[in-house]
Amino acid sequence: MKYLSLVWAGLWRRKTRTAFTLLSVLAAFLLFGLLGAVRSAFDAGDQLAGANRLIVSSRLSITQALPIALLPRIQAVPGVKEVAWANWFGGYYQHPTPFFPNFAVSNNYLAVYHDLFALPPAQAKAFAETQDGAVVGAALAKQFGWKLGQRIPLIAGIFPRKDGSNGWTFQIVGIFKTPNARLKGAEQDFLFHWKYFDEGNAYMRNLAGWYVVTLDNPARAGDVARAIDAISQNSDHETKTQTEQAFQAAFAKQIGDIGLIAGGIMAAVFFTLLLLTGNTMAQAVRERIPELAVLKTLGFQDGAVLALVLAESVTLILLGGVLGMGLADLIIPGLNTALAGAFPALPGLGWHGWLSALGLMLMIGLVVGVLPALRGMRLRIVDALAGR
Amino acid sequence: MNTLHGALIEIRDLSKSYLRGKQSVPVLQGVNLDVATGDFFALMGPSGSGKSTLLNLIGGLDAPSAGSIVIGGQRIDRLGAAALARWRAANVGFVFQFYNLLPMLSAQKNVELPLLLTKLSASERRKRAAIALQLVGLADRASHKPSELSGGQQQRVAIARAIVTDPELLVCDEPTGDLDRASAEDVLSLLQQLNREHGKTIVMVTHDPRAAEHASHMVHLDKGELVGATRVSAPA
Ligand SMILES: Nc1ncnc2c1ncn2[C@@H]1O[C@H](COP(=O)(O)OP(=O)(O)O)[C@@H](O)[C@H]1O
Ligand SMILES: [Mg+2]
Repeated sequence: MKYLSLVWAGLWRRKTRTAFTLLSVLAAFLLFGLLGAVRSAFDAGDQLAGANRLIVSSRLSITQALPIALLPRIQAVPGVKEVAWANWFGGYYQHPTPFFPNFAVSNNYLAVYHDLFALPPAQAKAFAETQDGAVVGAALAKQFGWKLGQRIPLIAGIFPRKDGSNGWTFQIVGIFKTPNARLKGAEQDFLFHWKYFDEGNAYMRNLAGWYVVTLDNPARAGDVARAIDAISQNSDHETKTQTEQAFQAAFAKQIGDIGLIAGGIMAAVFFTLLLLTGNTMAQAVRERIPELAVLKTLGFQDGAVLALVLAESVTLILLGGVLGMGLADLIIPGLNTALAGAFPALPGLGWHGWLSALGLMLMIGLVVGVLPALRGMRLRIVDALAGR
Repeated sequence: MNTLHGALIEIRDLSKSYLRGKQSVPVLQGVNLDVATGDFFALMGPSGSGKSTLLNLIGGLDAPSAGSIVIGGQRIDRLGAAALARWRAANVGFVFQFYNLLPMLSAQKNVELPLLLTKLSASERRKRAAIALQLVGLADRASHKPSELSGGQQQRVAIARAIVTDPELLVCDEPTGDLDRASAEDVLSLLQQLNREHGKTIVMVTHDPRAAEHASHMVHLDKGELVGATRVSAPA
């Protein structure tokens, strides 16, 4: 520990260079944290067991709607408690941006997602009773300055009305909050009645975009999912029943294989980081050869010089890395709000993410430090002192 | 030589050659030299004559090609690198022409450096470094970085670093080579004081005759061979 001040002083010998290197390490690990979260959000596999809710969507493509006729048959599957359903509407308010998720939902949808949509009972009642009623998230209402009772026109991005117009009017009858801070993104949602949509649109009738199923016993989620999918086997609307997380991941994967892209970006970033910090350390040691020679002159052993240089490079990476990961941890909740609905919620980094990041930092620190450290260790004192 | 005090340094048939490409270039040949305990010994000679090479061998920074070096009864030419490093830490203080302080550390921290290799506590290290700085007259500059000190002051910090572990032997390679006359005088009187009052044995390389006058003995080195010893002044 008494060498720590020596390591620290060495690190800051060139303040600007160290600051820039730190910044790039920080950026790399910020990206590592974020992309890792993205990846684990998308890799949320088909771990059905323990799920409270399952999503039933078309096996062919999640953009393919399912017949509403499936409803009673899904309801009849043993272990199914309740079935809600929804359609993606894809409308916008005045301009295509900013984007917010808007769905046509069944009457029981709010109840099924009670954890996402906390609504005063009077407003829930008003929604149930208002044919063209809509409930919106508090964040969305604030963003557009919407008030209860206001009539809002949305422009249909996909589904025109039967009369050919694109204007859909809704009456805002409820403004909900999302109590769980990690799910705050839901406060960007805009929900209205499926019936209003089903009867009013020009394209599709009696179709549900997807079903949401709640279960009597989460432990039996696998069995229930298989039973639901068996209903439509060999029909023209085969279903795939999966967890919400997997469904959202599939939804966003329409863009591309995010996991692969994230992995590629990370690899590129860390390759660059290795070159950059490797170069910094090589330069730092080259400049300091005479100083390291002095330490050896004073009696510092070869091993101590090796350890000093390695400690310096590990400290550099750890410092930048911890700052970067900390920053990632800080901004993930905000990102979730910003990307609400378009994206599966990013999980926090968690101890697992931190542990792998720390491991990576240690590894990079050692890898970029080892050659300069060996060079420092092997220097011949008399040559180094004479500047040879 | 001076048998009154006994020899601290005994060098016998010492040779050193360097490989330049495939060729072996002799730098020192058959050097025999005794330095008495408590001596202030000046090593003079033209540039390239091998003074630094000899001093580095005495300081245990390099190993000879042939011959023996006994210092304080120990044959240091037979020590391995690790043992030699331990020996240096315990027995020798080094002073160089260009001070060789670590630029990012304060004077105090520079002087504490050799103590990091000891088992002393942090407060004890601080205390001893402060005493050494006081001895060289720089107690008030303890927190200054080398860049904030004059050349003479930097060299005095280097001397404080050399004596902080209280070694018996100081080796100084052109300690005034980079200093103006006045600063050089300061440094030389400081070395003289360390020799006289604290009993340090000093071997100093210089090509400045006025610097050599502060020593009690001097030898000339020419083309790798010793060419005569002179008593300059009475030993302490
Ligand atoms: N490591 C080395 N490799 C090759 N030649 C060296 C080395 N060290 C010293 N020399 C040569 O040995 C000679 C004596 O060097 P040195 O001891 O530094 O002389 P001085 O200190 O008297 O000026 C010089 O010619 C120098 O070039
Ligand atoms: Mg020299």
